[in-house]
Amino acid sequence: MIDTPPVELAPIAPELILAGAAIIVLLGGVVFPRLDRLVWLFVSLAGVAGAAAASILLWDRDGSLTALAGSVAVDRFGVVVRLIVLGVAAIGLLYGHHYLERSGEARAEFYPLVLFAAVGMTLFSISADLIVAFLALEILSLSLYVLTGLSQRLGSVEGAMKYFLLGAFSSAFFLFGVAMAYGATGSTSLSAISNALAGETGSVALALTAVGLLAVGFAFKVSAVPFHMWTPDVYQGAPTAVTAFMSAGTKVAAFAALMRVFNVAFQPLTWDWQPIVWALAAISVVVGSVLAIAQTDIKRMLAYSSISHAGFVLVGLTAAGEVGISAALFYLVAYAVAVIGAFGVVMLVSGRGEQRTSLSAYAGLAARSPLAAGLLTVFMLSLAGIPPTAGFIAKVSVFSAAVEAGAWPLVLIGVLASVIAAFFYLRVIVLMYMRDPEGATEPDPSLLPRLTVAVPALAVLVLGLFPGLVIGFLDSAAVLRW
Amino acid sequence: MPWLTALIFLPLAGMILLALWRGASDAQARAVALLVALADLVLALGVVGAFDPADSGYQLVEQVDWVSSVGLSYLVGVDGFSLWLVVLTAFITPIAILSTWGIATRVRLFMALTLVLETCILGSFLALDLLLFFVFFEALLVPMFLMIGGWGSGRRVYAAVKFFLFTMAGSAFLLIGIVYLWFETVQQFGQGSFDIRRIEQLSLATTTQRWLFVGFFIAFAVKVPLFPLHTWLPDAHTEAPTAGSIVLAALLLKAGPYGMLRFNLDLFPEASVTFADAIGVLAVIGIVYGAIVAMMQSDVKRLVAYSSVSHMGFVILGIFTLTPEGSSGAVLQMVNHGLSTGLLFFAIGMLYERTHTRDMGEMGGLATVTPWIAATFLVASLSSIGLPGLNNFVGEFLVILGSFGADRWLGAVAVTGVVLGAIYMLWAYQKTFHGPEPERHRGLLDIVPHEVAAVVPVIAVMLFLGVYPNVALDRINPSTEGVVTWVSSVEQDQDGLPGGLRVKVQEDYAQAIAAPQEGSP
Repeated sequence: MIDTPPVELAPIAPELILAGAAIIVLLGGVVFPRLDRLVWLFVSLAGVAGAAAASILLWDRDGSLTALAGSVAVDRFGVVVRLIVLGVAAIGLLYGHHYLERSGEARAEFYPLVLFAAVGMTLFSISADLIVAFLALEILSLSLYVLTGLSQRLGSVEGAMKYFLLGAFSSAFFLFGVAMAYGATGSTSLSAISNALAGETGSVALALTAVGLLAVGFAFKVSAVPFHMWTPDVYQGAPTAVTAFMSAGTKVAAFAALMRVFNVAFQPLTWDWQPIVWALAAISVVVGSVLAIAQTDIKRMLAYSSISHAGFVLVGLTAAGEVGISAALFYLVAYAVAVIGAFGVVMLVSGRGEQRTSLSAYAGLAARSPLAAGLLTVFMLSLAGIPPTAGFIAKVSVFSAAVEAGAWPLVLIGVLASVIAAFFYLRVIVLMYMRDPEGATEPDPSLLPRLTVAVPALAVLVLGLFPGLVIGFLDSAAVLRW
Repeated sequence: MPWLTALIFLPLAGMILLALWRGASDAQARAVALLVALADLVLALGVVGAFDPADSGYQLVEQVDWVSSVGLSYLVGVDGFSLWLVVLTAFITPIAILSTWGIATRVRLFMALTLVLETCILGSFLALDLLLFFVFFEALLVPMFLMIGGWGSGRRVYAAVKFFLFTMAGSAFLLIGIVYLWFETVQQFGQGSFDIRRIEQLSLATTTQRWLFVGFFIAFAVKVPLFPLHTWLPDAHTEAPTAGSIVLAALLLKAGPYGMLRFNLDLFPEASVTFADAIGVLAVIGIVYGAIVAMMQSDVKRLVAYSSVSHMGFVILGIFTLTPEGSSGAVLQMVNHGLSTGLLFFAIGMLYERTHTRDMGEMGGLATVTPWIAATFLVASLSSIGLPGLNNFVGEFLVILGSFGADRWLGAVAVTGVVLGAIYMLWAYQKTFHGPEPERHRGLLDIVPHEVAAVVPVIAVMLFLGVYPNVALDRINPSTEGVVTWVSSVEQDQDGLPGGLRVKVQEDYAQAIAAPQEGSP
């Protein structure tokens, strides 16, 4: 008789709920094409809420370290990352619903695509096996390629094409890295790789090649320099609601997977991968900050800003283990809320068909819409790392992690880059408060998206003033189980 | 009662009220801001009442865990260094609000920014937790930035961005230093802390101390601003609206020397001794340079801005004489400079509102048209020059006394700054108020009641401090003596006393500052 592994579904209940909701909406959209799309929004949100509840129930779960024959990890790290991703997905759904209804491009496929992407993201963060990680990566990437091209604008289609081509290329790198890791250690399971490398039974040369190739794959997904080329085009081309979801969600999920793979599987090679992270961090913070200054389109500017923020997370990750993970998690939360909020305001201002995404559209915004200007100011200050916002605490925490790891020069580079970066965030504030408006166009006055944007703004301030509320959870989530 | 917390956050509450009150008319917004600021002044005077002059340690300390896992706490307290700066802040803010009666656009937002600025400034003077200090210190850039950029004149955006980036670049080094000190507390005490009372007990290697000193010093020197980091100041002061100039000159600049006294001397005593001479030279260069450049200005606001560079040089010189007279004089001089420069900018603001020019060449003869404004300007100038009987005299005298004690050459050169100061200020008065008056300035309105309400209290305080400075000095001296003793104990240590002495003195000092607190309420 064949010995089947025990099937434990509880550890992946959040993913099952999300996928279930996605399938319901997908089929429902075909069967009831005339139904108001608000129904699908609610079903999707219910799925997200259910998945969040299921994740919270996993917080205190003991028992086996991994589930489903060692393919997914069961730990608090996974719970925290899931909750971040699910929060991002909920806001993304609300944005997207409004955006597509307003631009007249509404389709029922939007909701299941976001849900499937979210499944990929959460699965990516909990995968304890490189093959599962690859599957998750593909689920999230394919959904995002389609979402990027959801609009009929040329930029959207072009962005999707670029994203797909370069993404496929990076997936190949990732897969090649998986193969090398298997060649080095005879397994794709993270814990088995780690044990083999620690016991020096694996080939170090092959393992180092694997580290390099996987690093390329991850660097592409988190948009670290020099694998960032796709980011500005895709962020600019994609419908703004999708950009908001993608910029926050992908970064969180990819970093979560990176932390797990490097701190578990390649933990014995820490001394070898730290310099890679160091270099990626240094180039990303500088290049991202400097290139952002030259941008005239706010979506492109935020894209370059996201590149420099990837660098800052990497600064924190130069500290291996719990210190780095907890700092990076806080940074990711702070970044996610600020960037999704910022894109929310961009969505409100840019109007139908993304006509007004240039920076000049923000001139005099404070006079036309004090609320939108105020919210965007909060997000810009947080991205710039000015107290009392979440971004400041996040900056301090990654810097202190790097100091603990002895990465002095990197901290210096990071601090100087953050001063450079302050310039272009300030420029948006200058435009909004200190220039006269160029046209008389009003930002979108609808209530729902405004309320949605207020949520991340509140989170930015609360996390900035009372970081203690989440730091305890993040610290206990920083212990990876394997 | 949590005096200090109430003091810090009352203006913030006023700001929130203004933010929520959407229908407020301009007059209502002004009234709310003024009332809140006056209430805060009452609280500040209450703090003076509760302050024990005999105690050199931190008083009215309040501590609440903020992020306990990293040892970050909300920790505020007041001592002789901060007491009068706090009172100055609470005193100048209503004056600044009174100076903005002429502002017509977005009054509610402007008032809200003024109040939030007051909260940030008070917070940075009262925080005893390094990261908390940094939060306030950095957060105050935002309202000031918006104020200069939103309501300033001419090249306001350039000035605002320059101000922000200069100060932020400076404080970036401070942030690295703070993070490093936290890391050291983790290493040495096993538990991270940003509490300066803990951090001063760290034993740091000489080289480390020097690096940290430099990091902290750059941040504060930009704020002062110390030559050669002063280039943002003339732009920011000149382009800012009157209230912005007053707050900037009278209050924001004080955060720099205050930080040096509070953090550089206290946390890095050895390095302070090492660098004291070099800093003294920079300060003296600043005094003379600022004065000479001020003499060449035709824009009266720019003139006062450069005079600030010169006067703040005295403050820095006083601090780094490392003598009790010099340090006490520096603290007193911070308050004095706040009063006299605040009043000067107020007078210039009154003139600008009426003549719409700041160019002294276009003014002249205004003493016959607006005699009371002329009188105000004259009193402020005389105070700024250091006329005996007015406030600045005592502070400058103490600083020069201290600097002669430390290095007579520095003192001798610094005195020329006083002479040059008399020249440019009196020139400015002469060009603005004497001579023939241009036709278009006939019939200008003289001082009006709300301006009188702002000017009279400032002049009264100036006279009082000039005649009877002991009220202030009695409360400043214990703290300066404490810190000077602390620094000089290390100096002796370097001169070859047994190594254990430093630890001993450190412990004594820690006890000395910890003990009296148990008795206080």
